Amino acid sequence: MTWLQDHWSDVFELLGQHVYLAGVPLVLGLLVAVPLGWVAQRLPRLRTPIVVGTGLLYTVPSIALFILMPSILGTGILDPVNVLVSMTIYTVALLTRTASDALEAVPESVRLSADAMGVKPLRRLFTVDLPLAVPVLAAGLRVAAVSNVSIVSVAALIGVPQLGQLFTDGFSRDFMDPLAVGVVGCLVLALVFDLVIVVLARLATPWHQGRTA
Amino acid sequence: MSLMWSWLTDGSHWHGNDGVLLRLAEHLWYSGLALGIAALIAVPLGLFVGHTGHGRWLAVNLTGALRAMPSLGLLFIAYMWLGDHLRGEGAFLYPTELVLVALAVPPILAGTYAGVEQVDAAARDAARGMGMTGRELLLKVELPCALPLLVSGIRSAALQVIATATLAAVLGLGGLGRFLLDGLATRDYGQMAGGAALVACLALLVDLLLAALQRVVVSPGLTGKTARQPRVETRQAAP
Repeated sequence: MTWLQDHWSDVFELLGQHVYLAGVPLVLGLLVAVPLGWVAQRLPRLRTPIVVGTGLLYTVPSIALFILMPSILGTGILDPVNVLVSMTIYTVALLTRTASDALEAVPESVRLSADAMGVKPLRRLFTVDLPLAVPVLAAGLRVAAVSNVSIVSVAALIGVPQLGQLFTDGFSRDFMDPLAVGVVGCLVLALVFDLVIVVLARLATPWHQGRTA
Repeated sequence: MSLMWSWLTDGSHWHGNDGVLLRLAEHLWYSGLALGIAALIAVPLGLFVGHTGHGRWLAVNLTGALRAMPSLGLLFIAYMWLGDHLRGEGAFLYPTELVLVALAVPPILAGTYAGVEQVDAAARDAARGMGMTGRELLLKVELPCALPLLVSGIRSAALQVIATATLAAVLGLGGLGRFLLDGLATRDYGQMAGGAALVACLALLVDLLLAALQRVVVSPGLTGKTARQPRVETRQAAP
């Protein structure tokens, strides 16, 4: 593993890119999916179009999405924004249904109590519904986080640098070290994302202390 | 966008040795083979885990760990390990199939054992009370009741496999991924985008077909209005 010692700074830079390309879409995706899920949950007539529509986005293979993005956004093929937007779309596709289900799972009695106390709908969303939906949302976010880390590495094929570049480098030079470092890096990153979400979900739901999310 | 249309609508791109039709057939062959092998492994295993409860912990964690595996890296490693020992097209085909099967097993396995686990305990008791043996219980009650989740597991596996079969072209095999990579190499955006659109359409079409299959094979008594069905997330993002 002298290769890793020699290329530590390069690997670190690729890791940083990977965190950016896989992590930012998680936040953006959550910010889009929660309002969508809220609308889907409150207006039953819109539920099916929203859930089915976002589900369809999910069937588009990532490499196809990376390549089609430039013709939709008008960006260059090498622009990392293509990957960022694609990953956000996947996160939305995965989380919208989860968000709607999570809000739906809030007990009716709690909702009615809040209403009876005079809590307005928007305020109820932020102070009652969303906090109670955190465990289910977090479970969906964990699946999205782990798969985002793995999908981003495919972007190496279209020349956007991140840990996946170690795969293409190792393959073209018939050299196992960068490949192994890349795979381990991806696995460790997925694990770290997973842990961060678990910890944040715990902090957001202090009443669940001692129970698993 | 217009580059893509002019590439797709040019008839000469559809026929011959490197035409769309042949690439489509190759793509379906790689994907179908992998799905078949994965189903042969994952369905019996999932039924066993769901029926007996043995090895549940292992199945859950294995599923999670495989989900995090970057498929591109796995493909190259499999090729470098296996490629030297194989001859001809097998040197490229076996590593590809290995990765596709590894991708397809977790969702099918998760769908199968979750499907068996969520079978109503009362239905199980009733079957036992009628004198069914463990084997009859599994095949006549648990398997039919598990079908909705089992087929959704197969659907998400199919999505993943079709998406990832594009990577076969990286090793020099065929499939629709050829257009993506050749287009990239020759800076022919129309070809890349055309290929990408074809993969997306294929994924969508197969998903719709499997959704229709799901309606056909699932007993009417289980389709929603009469039964309570906890939903289990077996989907995962396609690489």
